[in-house]
Amino acid sequence: MTAPLAGPWSPDVATSDAALRRFLHGLPGVDQVGAEARAAMLATRSIKREAKMWALDTAVSMIDLTTLEGADTPGKVAAMCAKARRPDPTDPTVPAVAAVCVYPDLVRVAVEEVSGSPVAVASVATAFPSGRASMAVKLADVRDALDAGAQEIDMVIDRGAFLAGRYGQVYEEVRAVREAVGSALLKVILETGELATYDNVQRAAWLSMLAGADFVKTSTGKVSPAATRPVAVVLLGAVRDFMQAGGRRVGVKVAGGIRTAKEAVSYLVVVRETAGEEWLTPDAFRIGASTLLNDLLMQRTKQRTGFYSGRDYFTID
Amino acid sequence: MPERTDHLGHLEHLDVRKTYKLFVGGAFPRSESGRSYAVRAADGSLLANAALASRKDARDAVVAARGALAGWAGTTAYNRGQVLYRVAEMLEGRRAQFAEEVAAAEGLRAGAARRTVDASVDRLVWYAGWSDKVAQVLGASNPVAGPYFNFSVPEPTGVVAVLAPQSSSLLGLVSVVAPVVVTGNTVVVVASEERPLPAVDLAEVLATADVPPGALNVLTGRTSELAPVLAGHMDVDGIDLTGADPSSRAELERLAAANVKRVVATDEDLARTPSLRRLRAFVEIKTVWHPVGI
Repeated sequence: MTAPLAGPWSPDVATSDAALRRFLHGLPGVDQVGAEARAAMLATRSIKREAKMWALDTAVSMIDLTTLEGADTPGKVAAMCAKARRPDPTDPTVPAVAAVCVYPDLVRVAVEEVSGSPVAVASVATAFPSGRASMAVKLADVRDALDAGAQEIDMVIDRGAFLAGRYGQVYEEVRAVREAVGSALLKVILETGELATYDNVQRAAWLSMLAGADFVKTSTGKVSPAATRPVAVVLLGAVRDFMQAGGRRVGVKVAGGIRTAKEAVSYLVVVRETAGEEWLTPDAFRIGASTLLNDLLMQRTKQRTGFYSGRDYFTID
Repeated sequence: MPERTDHLGHLEHLDVRKTYKLFVGGAFPRSESGRSYAVRAADGSLLANAALASRKDARDAVVAARGALAGWAGTTAYNRGQVLYRVAEMLEGRRAQFAEEVAAAEGLRAGAARRTVDASVDRLVWYAGWSDKVAQVLGASNPVAGPYFNFSVPEPTGVVAVLAPQSSSLLGLVSVVAPVVVTGNTVVVVASEERPLPAVDLAEVLATADVPPGALNVLTGRTSELAPVLAGHMDVDGIDLTGADPSSRAELERLAAANVKRVVATDEDLARTPSLRRLRAFVEIKTVWHPVGI
């Protein structure tokens, strides 16, 4: 757990590379053992009956239904969009998911398929997933997605620059993308699996928030480990501290490896107990997933009918 | 059991009591509920505590069985037979232990218990032999009026829940489980409620006999608690009600009807020489047409 930030901060912490470094390294350190123990403790909490039903529905409404494969086709995206709008065709009370997330070249297909529904279209950009391209290419990637109609952009940070300590460069990249994105939602993927320490995760989160991120996101889903509960504890602590220190309310998106309803619900517990209840909305917490949705629907069916359901009764992806 | 001491009264050997657990997905977990129950011998003395499986354990077992289905059903019939032979071999190697367990559980004399174990080994070998022959007997090449081949082929039903017989703790168990497994189904078996220990020991044999994790899962506990969960489970494709209380069968069949499970409810004497009946119980006959000359 991170303590609330000591001392005031101002936007000028980012005026120079040295000032930014001083600020990020001045953040209170993350107690690794404490964060892991707390995450493990929160994961054991049992959610039953009405609360579970609420949690399952809430989790569905927070999903960014994602397909980021080389083999994606317009047909697959269309099918996924249909599922995003109406996750369970037999049950209209299931909420729609928050967004669909696709590669930039498939944004146009997705926009057409979800039009007239509350589902937003998110696109990964900035040379996803590695982020290894020049700034011009990254910005062109972003513009491409926006021109096609994406309402949310999931960018990746340059982990190489971050780990080499070139915080100013990473900050400027996020700033530049922020400007390019304009009023659309900007999620910044930290790829926590490559950042090595929780202190680095916290620094990357603060850096992104200072640079204007609307969401900080754990992972691309292409690197293992992807989202973990301790990382979620650290990120949610960071967004809470950022808000308490006079910043905005920044959201958190966990992505990658969350496949069961049980895990999803345990993340909601972490959100509630770390950042607070006001983060328990799709505006402030998202889950990037694909197979998770079916498990949520299956558990929901179990709650509703009293009988365990099976994979045969839900669409495949 | 009294502790053994040497002539000076020093402890020679401390009894290591065995913990009987469930067998789910190739692992031996305790019940997620943390519950256990006392298992008594036929003479009423305490034998051990066994895990008292909950509905969530049943669900986990079904998930494991579903996960293992594609692999097990896709294994060649010859290979499945070999695995079953291996189980028989391992059981043979632990004859003495099983004879003791069966004698305690069922109150049999030593000789009768040994014969029961031998019969169980024979039963496994009998069904193992059928593995790559059942398709010839149940399947067919059908004569049709046209330039087509027309084949009927038996295929596994899927995930099958088996309520093992209550009285015969080993021979009964083997007799209901072996035919279901050998035809390529994956199984969740609920062991005899009062006599579950041979089933858990058999699970240890399975774990070391190349049976893929999840293909055969063993639950111990109250049959009346687990049966409705398995009968109503939408991801279970068939259920054998042999061990169910006769008064509960109608209700279990009603629950099983929700997803049109294949239901077997017979009262045959499992000690007798088996027939093809149980091998046929959980296979689906698929008929395919194939143009001649392609």
